[in-house]
Amino acid sequence: MSLDKEEVRTIAHLARLSVEESRLEPIAAELSRVLEFVDRLNSVDTRDIEPMSNPVSSELVLREDVITETDEREQLQKPAPAVHEGYFTVPRVIE
Amino acid sequence: MSAAWECVIGLEIHTRLQTQSKLFSGAANAFGAEPNSQACAVDLGLPGVLPVPNREAVAHAVRLATAIGADFARRSVFARKNYFYPDLPKGYQISQMALPVVGPGVVECALNDGTTVQVGVTRAHLEEDAGKSVHDLLDGFTAIDLNRAGTPLLEIVSEPDMRSAAQAVAYARHMHALVRWIGVCDGNMQEGSFRCDANVSIRPAGSETLGTRTEVKNLNSFRFLERAIEFEYTRQVELLEDGGTVTQETRLYDPEADETRAMRSKEEANDYRYFPDPDLPPVVVDERFVTAVVEAMPELQHVRRARFVNSLGVAPGDAAILTNDRATADWFEAAVAAGAPARLASTWLIGEVFGRLKRDELNLEHIPLTPERFAGLLLRIEDDTISGKIAKRVFEALWESGDTADEIIEREGLKQITDSGAIDSLVDEVIAANPSQVAEYRAGKTKLMGFLVGAAMKVSAGKANPAQLNAALKAKLDI
Repeated sequence: MSLDKEEVRTIAHLARLSVEESRLEPIAAELSRVLEFVDRLNSVDTRDIEPMSNPVSSELVLREDVITETDEREQLQKPAPAVHEGYFTVPRVIE
Repeated sequence: MSAAWECVIGLEIHTRLQTQSKLFSGAANAFGAEPNSQACAVDLGLPGVLPVPNREAVAHAVRLATAIGADFARRSVFARKNYFYPDLPKGYQISQMALPVVGPGVVECALNDGTTVQVGVTRAHLEEDAGKSVHDLLDGFTAIDLNRAGTPLLEIVSEPDMRSAAQAVAYARHMHALVRWIGVCDGNMQEGSFRCDANVSIRPAGSETLGTRTEVKNLNSFRFLERAIEFEYTRQVELLEDGGTVTQETRLYDPEADETRAMRSKEEANDYRYFPDPDLPPVVVDERFVTAVVEAMPELQHVRRARFVNSLGVAPGDAAILTNDRATADWFEAAVAAGAPARLASTWLIGEVFGRLKRDELNLEHIPLTPERFAGLLLRIEDDTISGKIAKRVFEALWESGDTADEIIEREGLKQITDSGAIDSLVDEVIAANPSQVAEYRAGKTKLMGFLVGAAMKVSAGKANPAQLNAALKAKLDI
């Protein structure tokens, strides 16, 4: 499996990465080599092996349903670039 | 709907779970707080934080699975759904994809016209909600409130099993009652605790293949759900009949204009690049936990409804009303446990009590009348101490005071007259006072019986036993 220039452009857009036009071809080639490696892995017969969804073998610990966090808005909003009356604000987005 | 085109509908229902804290953090899960006052470092996705799932949210998934006869997955996996929007601070939503927590089930839903529809539930998965964007607060800016970010949701996905807006509404109503009944969700649609996305497509009647669907998002009332589906159906029929094609897209319903409009452009087509969340190992739940949750569940709505009909003899229509919510069913059963005859209790509860609740804008949990005092009144009707008519007077006093029915009957001298000597003298008095009506009655004007019974009842101040009074009058007049 290989990627072309347009697919790289789409993926970059979805990840909000800015990629220069001249870099699209080289990146497509690099990513294609990664995918070729994945293809080689896929050729291994794994019929009786349960898919791994996490490299850590431990099981998840659940948390009791209690409120442990209090209102820390003032502190948490200190690093924010812009706030207004308790809201975070960003340049207007409308879908 | 047109006979030539069949409508095919599937619903995705987002239910906000009733928990104290959020799905992955210990911040409060409550609606309506000051903006960002319930958004902690985990909800904000600050560097270095780790999510830890809420046990109660998993318990809610067990409850839902049990209620719809679905499998609860002993092992489920959280995945990242990646997209960018300012109210999603991490750049991904933690959801479930390949291994959801609730597997396939099926529910049977009743329609208003008496028919039913079987709807398959494909799956339900746990996920966190996003925050809220406010576009009209500040000129040129979008204001972000992250209180909702991380609140726990169960998204319930149905099979495309519905064929009309009415069936879709029946299913949505059924699920709404169900999640409230089992305590999973408060069902508050204004606050967004229960919202629907409808997938709508059409196909020629008789066809087995599915047409291209559109998804109408965020329908937060049953009426909007119905209107949006009907609009989409008509729009798609017109498109295809004019030789066009339906575009797969996300649309929004505008209640003001009563129409749906395309929401996202095609080049932004959803590509969420799901992958297992490396922060969260699989959720593995042991049998003890599942058993404990299932055993503590309330008797299910349809089971309780059937029991009211079959064991208590309540009329089916009344049983449906009494099991509309658990508080009402509990109140009714407490009255029956206190000795109230079930059928009488259902009639009085639905008629008199509900009437008062509506008039005074109250609900059952907040009235001084207890099931026990209510039962006390019904017992006095049952044993003929008071007539149904007098009972309404007693009920009035019962509603306003904390006294028992017996105390009210005693104090106000309302005990029904059942002594045959007393009734005979009442009858004699009425016959003597109304000679012309008596003569006319005897001459064949039998309709006057009602007048004479009424007169006697008036003399007794409403306390005479009506059946006995009728019989005694008839016996004396028909000589």
